Amino acid sequence: MKTKPIRIKRSKNNRIKKTACGLHCIKIKDINVKAGEQTIIDNVNLHIHCGRLTVIIGRNGAGKTTLIKAILGEIKHSGSIEFMDLKDKTMGNLKVGYVPQYVNIEKNTPMSVYDLFAGYISKSPIFFKKNKKVYEHIKEQLSIFDAEDLIDKRACDLSGGELQRVLLSIAISPVPNLLLLDEPVSGIDRNGMELFYDNIQKLKKNYDLAMIVVSHDFEFVRKYADHVVLLDKKILAEGSFEEISEHQDFKRAFKGGNDGYYI
Amino acid sequence: MDIIYNIMEKLLPFSWVEYNFMKNALLAILIITPLFGILGTMVINNKMAFFSDSLGHSAFTGLAIGTIFGIKDTNLSMVLYAILFALLLNNINRKKTLSTDTVISVFSSLSMAIGLMILSRGGKFSNYSSLLIGDILSITMGEIGLLCIVFVVTIVYWFLCFNKLNSVGVNISLARSKNIKTNIIEDSFSVLIAIIVMLSIKWVGILLINALLILPAAAGKNIASNMREYHLFSVLIAAFSGLMGLILSYYLGTATGPTVVIIAAIMFFITLIVGSSKSK
Repeated sequence: MKTKPIRIKRSKNNRIKKTACGLHCIKIKDINVKAGEQTIIDNVNLHIHCGRLTVIIGRNGAGKTTLIKAILGEIKHSGSIEFMDLKDKTMGNLKVGYVPQYVNIEKNTPMSVYDLFAGYISKSPIFFKKNKKVYEHIKEQLSIFDAEDLIDKRACDLSGGELQRVLLSIAISPVPNLLLLDEPVSGIDRNGMELFYDNIQKLKKNYDLAMIVVSHDFEFVRKYADHVVLLDKKILAEGSFEEISEHQDFKRAFKGGNDGYYI
Repeated sequence: MDIIYNIMEKLLPFSWVEYNFMKNALLAILIITPLFGILGTMVINNKMAFFSDSLGHSAFTGLAIGTIFGIKDTNLSMVLYAILFALLLNNINRKKTLSTDTVISVFSSLSMAIGLMILSRGGKFSNYSSLLIGDILSITMGEIGLLCIVFVVTIVYWFLCFNKLNSVGVNISLARSKNIKTNIIEDSFSVLIAIIVMLSIKWVGILLINALLILPAAAGKNIASNMREYHLFSVLIAAFSGLMGLILSYYLGTATGPTVVIIAAIMFFITLIVGSSKSK
């Protein structure tokens, strides 16, 4: 693939009409997270390029979600996260997007997908009246993942897969530089997971962003990951899935399927 | 003032309009109930019902502290104490060492016990027992003015912050990734609830204030399918219950607060049936 510099053109809704250039890099340096005396994340260094899918794997309690939350800035941590444009060597402000594993929406909650979406991206008060412009914009964003028909449905009535697509659309409105995803673990069947990874591929192809996914499903990791990180408080190994799966620590962590992993 | 009284006397074909205290109570009801209807929507969505309940109970402590320091306007000490209480609870909650309901239980019982202990010195608690049930018929014009101000503040807050508040309730990490200052939003909402609960507790009563906050919104939730309907139904049900409750309590000779709550509860069950038959 040629890496010639491409002008970033933004349309009105901030959608970048170009594919990843591979020239934005994110350096995650010396991340440490402590809870009291206990070290939860120990000196994690990661180097991530746009257009690449980095997958974090590890046993239960390895600190995968903690690392994600540290990168999000939600958990106190030491170390730094730098975002650099390799084209002109300038540092930029890193915009981080996040797709949560679950949302706190009870059964029977009167919140339509429009309400949910507009709450995050618009100032137009959602309890007052529907803003036509915002409505159209949301519809357009949802259509990226073929979810535009869901806009008037109640968010609590969506299936796991449908909700996932809505959350993906929210996370990329506007498009972040780094997208963090906690892989959905419940409420999504095999087809739903297939679709989820299809959509991630789509994002990778069409948008200028880097992605970190926490995953439990090695079949998908093998198929889609560009770079795999085996985490257990610190990084035990990284590389392609083939490399990782030959690694001693990997075998030790996942042999026998004790942790309920599918291998 | 007389203008409002005159208008009410002309418009309302009831004998009780003659009494000024009834007119005052009517005005107060028409301010408090929609306000509670609006706030209730988010108290329910963000699962803060237990929180608002314990805030109500902390009224005793605020009152007690006020009497100790000889503050004339106990409203002030109650509001200040409730604000402190709300912020403290939020702060402890964020540390995530205990589950939310445990934290709230511990602090609300401690605070209520302190309040009751102080107020019951020398067997004088009966002086304050009216606070349990509340008495909307004793509200004065000045106090209605205060409620008006709170009403306006709430509306402004709602227009500015509602979207963020909703987002924080749905998923706090997602909200943070969208640059929403989640702590400020949570704290400001808690403070707003604290102020409103404290300023209306004398009229509604400690025992029932949470019911008035929760029931209309819960009823609205039964039949609404989006945020706009949710607010509309909640406010309408709240105002209707308030109005009906006041009028009924006049004719039945009962306390207003409980009567309002009973109407709201009836509305809840009606909407529950309507809502579940609609979804089938």
